[in-house]
Amino acid sequence: MSRSRRRTWLKTTIGVVLTGVMLFPVYWMLNVSLTRDQNMRKSPPDLLPLHGTLAGYRTVLDEQLPYLGTSLVIGLGTVLLTVLLSAPAGYALAKLRPRGGGFLSFVLLAAQMIPGIIMAMGFYAIYLQLGLLQSVPGLIVADSTLAVPFAVLIFTAFMSGIPGELIQAAQMDGARALRTFRSIVLPMSRNAVVTVSLFAFLWSWSDFVFASTLANGGAHEPITLGIYHYIGNNNQQWNAIMATAVVASLPAAVILVLAQRYVAAGVTAGAVKD
Amino acid sequence: MKQTTHPPDHRPADVRNGAAHAAPPPARGRRRRRPPSTQWAAWGFLAPVTLYLALFYAYPLYRNLDLSLRDYTVRSFVQGDAPFTGLANYRKVFDDPTFAPALLHTALFTAVCLVFQYAIGLALAVFFNQNFRLSATLRALFLVPWLLPLIVSASTWSWMLNSESGVVNATLHAVGIGPVNWLTSPSWSLTSVIIANIWIGVPFNLVVLYSGLQSIPAGLYEAAALDGAGSWRRFWSITFPLLRPVSAITLLLGLVYTLKVFDIIWIMTKGGPADSSTTFATWSYQLGFGNLLPAFGPGAAVGNLLVVAALVFGLVYVRVQRKQALS
Repeated sequence: MSRSRRRTWLKTTIGVVLTGVMLFPVYWMLNVSLTRDQNMRKSPPDLLPLHGTLAGYRTVLDEQLPYLGTSLVIGLGTVLLTVLLSAPAGYALAKLRPRGGGFLSFVLLAAQMIPGIIMAMGFYAIYLQLGLLQSVPGLIVADSTLAVPFAVLIFTAFMSGIPGELIQAAQMDGARALRTFRSIVLPMSRNAVVTVSLFAFLWSWSDFVFASTLANGGAHEPITLGIYHYIGNNNQQWNAIMATAVVASLPAAVILVLAQRYVAAGVTAGAVKD
Repeated sequence: MKQTTHPPDHRPADVRNGAAHAAPPPARGRRRRRPPSTQWAAWGFLAPVTLYLALFYAYPLYRNLDLSLRDYTVRSFVQGDAPFTGLANYRKVFDDPTFAPALLHTALFTAVCLVFQYAIGLALAVFFNQNFRLSATLRALFLVPWLLPLIVSASTWSWMLNSESGVVNATLHAVGIGPVNWLTSPSWSLTSVIIANIWIGVPFNLVVLYSGLQSIPAGLYEAAALDGAGSWRRFWSITFPLLRPVSAITLLLGLVYTLKVFDIIWIMTKGGPADSSTTFATWSYQLGFGNLLPAFGPGAAVGNLLVVAALVFGLVYVRVQRKQALS
């Protein structure tokens, strides 16, 4: 074995160890979710779930399914609302050069800097008067504020890469702006739609601030509140808490496996100059 | 979001920013020739999002400002007839014994998280930039902490840091160190939430700095290696200086997103014990929603101070980014 090849293997080994250290909490969540109640407070704790149990997951099936369903509905609603609002806006900012477009982009950028807890307080005051507290549509609208500014910026960046000739050709054929958008721009922006949808879903699925202020105590609570109530109520059943956490992490895992390149694209979009 | 995310958003978080600048700015001379029909179409496409921004960003912010300027009780909150009291809520907040610790904790939390997230993220980015076998897969796995819902990360860390049964204390015990009351002792609670938040923030720094490293021409390193520069020297004389623009963006975004971290702290410690891990974000929530008798006015006042801080650094970020886009 040549020297450089051995060095590559050394690096791979170090890389695996570092990844292992970084992902240890995730492993620990899995491990605890499979631990029996009587072993939960064992010292030192078992490093492997050799005498494991699925009781925690059974509790999830018994108690958490409504929460998961609510989160799914809210996530999909947020995705739909976000894409409907931001794709046309991205098209206008990228291709139609509206007067005042620069200012709007600036407002969108500033909107992302506002802490969620402040938005939550404002929404609380408004929803209280409108009777929208503890309602699913109310939470969808609030959650969409996490994603809309980001989504407009992603769509703008992506759509400005679509060749102008294509759009002009469509207009020469007599297509109106709306048809150009629907039949040319939108189909070509599939990757941007995927990136935006992924992030919108993930953020709304993970949201805790809006859920705990706007949906707390209602008939339809998302999974983040399901876990939060667990932590507050039964401090003993950590296998059930961690099993819920594992299930709540599934969307993130699926996204990582199926759509990793979109995630990396979303993270770096705009942060790094091309 | 986060995040972040982010912080997100964490965020990250969250990780959102001026991708809009990728759009080429319209040439000055052509500006006058914009046909009016295109303008109508453009604003037709923008109308939904503009309306949305007004209703769901501007209006909640306005309500929040209004909350902070009135003397709200639960009753007047529902009826909406609270008396206007000017800056009384802000004065109350400044005089509150929690103000100084919250300010200190917010500053400490933000600074320590930023330094460690950036340093660890950069070290990992340099390491993964060497493109060894499996490096792409392992780098992808590093994203996991950033993608997990914050409540998941926070509750996992809570249990790992549990005084009696946590794996951290068990490990410390194995090497002969006595148990630490990570979450229940006032002298450790802030450290605990900082550790958890660094863990969440490293992936964002890694990904952004890694893509920054990718744009440094490999030829520079080869030339330096020929001149006999060691890897340490190459890092400090090539990588670090050339990465400065990306570093500035990463740190500024990180700053804005770390300032508003709420979930992690609230879920792990609720800002306690005895305010020992309270930041402005958790204090604001505590005042507005954390007690039986909500103090919406002071809560909104604390929140608005946080908005001002976030927007100040946000403006710095926009300026830096504009400058970089022009250069």
